[in-house]
Amino acid sequence: MTITSAYDRGRLTVYLSGELDHHAAGEAIHGIGELLDEFLPRDCVLDLSGLSFMDSSGIAVIARARYRMQSLSGRIWIECPSPQVQRVLDAACIDRLVPVTSGNIGGLR
Amino acid sequence: MNTVNIIRLEFPSKSVNESFARTAAAAFAIQLDPTVEELGDLKTAVSEAVTNAIVHAYPDSIGQIGMKLRILERDTLEITVRDWGCGIENIEEAMKPLYTTGGEERSGMGFTIMQSFMDSLRVRSSPGKGTTVVMRRTIRPRITGK
Repeated sequence: MTITSAYDRGRLTVYLSGELDHHAAGEAIHGIGELLDEFLPRDCVLDLSGLSFMDSSGIAVIARARYRMQSLSGRIWIECPSPQVQRVLDAACIDRLVPVTSGNIGGLR
Repeated sequence: MNTVNIIRLEFPSKSVNESFARTAAAAFAIQLDPTVEELGDLKTAVSEAVTNAIVHAYPDSIGQIGMKLRILERDTLEITVRDWGCGIENIEEAMKPLYTTGGEERSGMGFTIMQSFMDSLRVRSSPGKGTTVVMRRTIRPRITGK
């Protein structure tokens, strides 16, 4: 799994690609945590369009990122999950914690 | 139900083998001609079962994990994931959503996802002896336009 990011005017977009399972989850948690600590963003977008597979370990990664954004009084949402990833998000009812959008909406209203 | 085809695998409880296990299960399931969505469900359920064994059965050591894949009559795939680790004291509690003893990298949703993505799930465990998870999913034949 790889993590890349882009920062623009208070918004950090984190791109996750590859397979996010328990083997990759620790690296993802710490990688995203370091990015949030570096940029202290107002908004954080988790772009999952590059994820070819995710299991419930990804839910833990998202929950940790949400917790950190809450401590920054910022917002976080998920963009572009694949159908397989969306099914895992749905099974975990993640949209009760973090909004999920199917496309790049350029920010929540 | 009679067995149509069967394969057995055994591998060490290293997290790098999670990917191997779900890919092997998907490759075996291909003969039932699953849809992409069904294949994704099978891979996800296997990943959850194998990860549970890696994280919970052998928390401080590397042990063996067995995976048996069976195609049964009526297009049913049976997946058995077995370990010989520490076992589960209270299966009912372990299967509750959000229950986990696995640290920050686990969400406690593993059994919930296995139940959601498979037709049936059975868990047997003996403390100190190990755990066996048996899951079944029927892959309905696709109707072609011919």
